[in-house]
Amino acid sequence: MVIRLLRRLGISLVSLFLVAVVVFLLMQAAPGDAAEALVGSDATAAEVEAARERLGLNEPLVVQFGNWLLAAVQGDFGTSLYSDRPVIDSLLAAAPATISISVVALLIAAVLGVTAGTVAGLRQNSWADRGVSLLATLGIAMPNFWVGLLLVSVFAFDLGWLPATGYVPIEQGFGDWLRHVILPAFALALAMTAEVARQTRGGVVDVLSRPYILAARARGASRGWLVRKHVLRNSAIPVVTVFGLQSASLLGGVVIIEAVFGISGLGTLAITSVVRQDYPVIQAYVVLVALIVIVINLLVDISYGWINPKVRS
Amino acid sequence: MNATAARHETVLSVDTLRLDLLGSPGQPGLVEDVSFQVRAGETVALIGESGCGKSITSLAVLDLLPPQVVVASGTISVAGEDVTAATARRMDALRGSVVGSVFQDPMSSLDPTMTVGAQIAESRRLHLREPRKVALERAVELLELVGIPNPRARAAAYPYELSGGMQQRALIAAAIACEPRLLIADEPTTALDVTVQAEILELLADLQQRTGMGMLLVTHDLGVVAGIADRVVVMYAGQTVEQAPTEELFANPAHPYTRALLSSVPQAGRRLTALPIIPGRVPPAGAFPAGCRFHDRCAFAEARCLDGEIPGNRAGRQSRCHQA
Repeated sequence: MVIRLLRRLGISLVSLFLVAVVVFLLMQAAPGDAAEALVGSDATAAEVEAARERLGLNEPLVVQFGNWLLAAVQGDFGTSLYSDRPVIDSLLAAAPATISISVVALLIAAVLGVTAGTVAGLRQNSWADRGVSLLATLGIAMPNFWVGLLLVSVFAFDLGWLPATGYVPIEQGFGDWLRHVILPAFALALAMTAEVARQTRGGVVDVLSRPYILAARARGASRGWLVRKHVLRNSAIPVVTVFGLQSASLLGGVVIIEAVFGISGLGTLAITSVVRQDYPVIQAYVVLVALIVIVINLLVDISYGWINPKVRS
Repeated sequence: MNATAARHETVLSVDTLRLDLLGSPGQPGLVEDVSFQVRAGETVALIGESGCGKSITSLAVLDLLPPQVVVASGTISVAGEDVTAATARRMDALRGSVVGSVFQDPMSSLDPTMTVGAQIAESRRLHLREPRKVALERAVELLELVGIPNPRARAAAYPYELSGGMQQRALIAAAIACEPRLLIADEPTTALDVTVQAEILELLADLQQRTGMGMLLVTHDLGVVAGIADRVVVMYAGQTVEQAPTEELFANPAHPYTRALLSSVPQAGRRLTALPIIPGRVPPAGAFPAGCRFHDRCAFAEARCLDGEIPGNRAGRQSRCHQA
């Protein structure tokens, strides 16, 4: 078990290193010169050269990469070419809003998706099952920015229950934070909830047809016991897999959702940095996203072993 | 419990049972006019070819029929209680406590995500409300009872870590955990190696002797029947066609189907010649012929066999045949 974990961890680190290499090289290949961008278009050749020297752009590529990586591991991604602030500060300032929306979205998807899928799977072909299937199809088909606009128009403008835009840090009051986070989180969670519900339903239907379920019922397991002790755990593997895959696409979706709800989070930061050719920020953003995806995959892998003891050996 | 008094008590009584497939009105039942009894301390074998309704009958006893199959008429009583009239909740209480069950394929009958011990402990937790630790301790004792060496380690193991024979022993331990009055064993040895089969049968016979429970053994293997059954109920195309004490049935089978079934078993010590087979196959449900359901495969069929109901219970021998 421990060896499996260590090996898995090693693979994760290698993936992360490869991402770092690719990110670094892509930036080298990207059009535009960071030094020119920094000093402005009417600077003299000498000024540009001075900037190049200062940024270390005249060093060999390998040395540049080594320096960059060494600093990055310590959380130093350099300074923003645009604002002259440390990149890590910009990231840390933007992160809480994005993390809040994403984590709440994940919770919504897990609770709602698993519940709806389980109910549908247990009552196969009932009205509840058909309802869940219909909603799931809708949830997957509707683009999240459109759902976001719909939610805003109903809950913010028509009903006036929730704020339409903006973000309030959790330190300024949990209630206020939640009121700002709940709509974007719902819009973001919709497709994932639908996918999780479909996978859960499929898993439950499959597990219910297994002989060990019949055997457990023959021992007197009631419906509730059966679901708690046998059905949920056995149908969890495809659900966890989908959860991992969807978490990764959640990070893409959050960019659009932040724009719809006027929240300045990581997604907004990434887009403005691309527009401004602010390479250090883009690099840091890509590495951070890769790190999150890799960690999620690692957790999914570990959970396989927890769910199915046979995987452990 | 007083063993001699308990010995004659009927633990399972199936009376003129008919099972219908939903959505096929007007067709003969999947199972029709099936009647038999199992008394305490007795092993009754339910035999017949695949598709003749043995397993579905045993599932009806447990009220675990697939959703598209229903009890259309007749009664099933387990230890005096009518199963066909019981609520779902009452059935949950009966299954595992009054009736234990062992199924065909041990590997797939065990939950792969749960330890063997936890699955054996399950019915004690459910029915006797034993705390987890107490029930797990009892599971270790049960594993020892069914002849598994090093039971404590096996209880903590997961199903894939056990051999097929050990898995079936563990499932038997789970089935008898609450000392049921009736044990239903549906093809308990079919998925196992021949050498292991004999051990499992020996174990079942031994446990039955010790506990005085009644056992309904569903099988298509006549060798199994000869070894441990007291009485045999032969099914064909959804009906019981003959029932008799084992020795009598083997020595003097009355129904042509039983005779054909017995003669198609290879026997040791006999010269190898072409093995007699029964021509044709069991008709699928919904295509049962009128009259005697065996008539189109029967060597002795005559005009009166082609239509009309043939009563299964007559004075003397119970055989659903005009000739015997």
